[in-house]
Amino acid sequence: MEETLKIVVLVKHVPDAQFDRHITGPGNTTDRDESILSELDEYALEAALQLAEERGGPKAGNEVVALSMGPSGAVNAVKKSLQIGAYSGVHLSDDALAGSDAAATSLALAAAIRHISADGRPVDLVLTGMASTDGETSLIPAQLAERLSFPQVTFASSLDVSGGQVSARRDAGAFSETVEAQLPAVVSVTDQINEPRYPNFKGILAAKKKKIASLSLADIGLDASQVGLAGSWTVVESADARPPRTAGTIITDDGDAGIKLVDFLAAQKLL
Amino acid sequence: MANALVFIDNPGAALKKSSLELLTIARSLGETAVAFTGELNDDVAATLGAYGATTVYRPSVEDLDNYLVGPKAAYLAAAVAASGATAVLLDNSPEGKEIAGRLGIKLNAGVITDVVGVEADGTAHKSVLAGSYNTTAKATTPVTVLSVKANNVEPAPAGAAAAPATATVEVPAEGLANSARIAARTEKPLSGRPDLSEARIVVAGGRGVDGDFGPLEELADALGAAVGASRAATDAGWIGHDAQVGQTGVTVSPQLYISAGISGAIQQKAGMQTSKVIVAINKDAESPVFEIADYGIIGDLFKVLPQATAEIKKRKG
Repeated sequence: MEETLKIVVLVKHVPDAQFDRHITGPGNTTDRDESILSELDEYALEAALQLAEERGGPKAGNEVVALSMGPSGAVNAVKKSLQIGAYSGVHLSDDALAGSDAAATSLALAAAIRHISADGRPVDLVLTGMASTDGETSLIPAQLAERLSFPQVTFASSLDVSGGQVSARRDAGAFSETVEAQLPAVVSVTDQINEPRYPNFKGILAAKKKKIASLSLADIGLDASQVGLAGSWTVVESADARPPRTAGTIITDDGDAGIKLVDFLAAQKLL
Repeated sequence: MANALVFIDNPGAALKKSSLELLTIARSLGETAVAFTGELNDDVAATLGAYGATTVYRPSVEDLDNYLVGPKAAYLAAAVAASGATAVLLDNSPEGKEIAGRLGIKLNAGVITDVVGVEADGTAHKSVLAGSYNTTAKATTPVTVLSVKANNVEPAPAGAAAAPATATVEVPAEGLANSARIAARTEKPLSGRPDLSEARIVVAGGRGVDGDFGPLEELADALGAAVGASRAATDAGWIGHDAQVGQTGVTVSPQLYISAGISGAIQQKAGMQTSKVIVAINKDAESPVFEIADYGIIGDLFKVLPQATAEIKKRKG
């Protein structure tokens, strides 16, 4: 049997991209009504569950902790993760966290992960999605790795852990790469790595008995000036809704639409 | 003392257009230096000079490429210190953004990604929430780190070209520790077409392509375009995942986006709706893509595209 693992999966509660999304308030922050578990985080959770199950699951001493930072509603991302199969949850929530940029978010998440490491055994692996589906900066895995002094293995499209080492395939750039790093590490996974499972009835019932720990800023040893709009290193000065695109000319092909298309491109000086 | 530092990572024989764009933006911010990695050949050095770089920094160690992100960020932090730059510009590639992220933490510097324009005072313009908002953002820290999307400025050489000075920057040893090592690397086969994220024109196909990207590739080649795809087409295995345009793939913003056999669900729309001109071809008149197309053709892509390709070839002689 492989060595057991303690895995933290970062899960984010994001506005559902199926609906119109809005930026509001003095800090130009995203409106978080109608939010769901970020779709890309489900791949990270699935990867964590597979690693833990290969090692005998919770009975053998593996841990899969779903960690979310966000206002009260963000606990729903943790609950959903527990229904899908995470073993326990942590919700980091504090009014002062609102409006945190990537730098402030990574500071708070790093402190939360240290807190989780101090509770029982140290964390071996932090798993994340390739990006959030709202901010989409992809900065958090890199910034978290820098703050924790962990190696980062990002955009993994396959993942293996053995002998205290993580090995991953990465196809993000001009190359296909095999990347290796010592544990503990931060690993972000793409949507190519697996097919995430859905919560089933048994999972939904079981989730009700799973523990969700609530952490405040004080619990993780930070104060309000270090996070939120106050602790951020960037400020969004303006946000203007882009006028929606409107339909242009629509034609039905009468046998010469290809020629008409080229006429249109020529008129637009696109040839 | 430089004002702006541009990171140019292993350009090979010639600088990419996106690097020239970064140099052009940097010059608008003041004196420009370059933090360079890899082989610096004479042509590349001359181009850097022509685009106004006064100093080219190079790392003290050569194996930065054997590690993921960490050591390059450490090198770049040292180059920022050596140059005194207050703005750092990088590519908006996945690795560029990650280097930007780690650099920001090392320097206590605000990082802004996906930038499409930079003002002289460092204010960055970007488009967020899948193109539904335009925002301006600014770092509140002494140094600003910006990852800039391609194709947003016209590259322009400086008025007066001069050979840049070169200087070596010591890469801190801790940069190599705590980093993931690249154990193997294979170059992906080249299509000979432009890079999807940088292409001026993109021809993209979806479910309606039904496994045959041939007509799209021929049109793309006639136009000098890149080929993209919806998630339905990449999930079906008709084309590599690298070609995926959309929320979980590449976000493109070309001059012209030709969408063929793609219904235009929100996932795909998120990746292309900031394109300047959108053309859509679909059999189904009810496809949502027609709501955002500047020119829509209700018709069979297997008839319309080859006809357009032949016509373009005819006109181009």
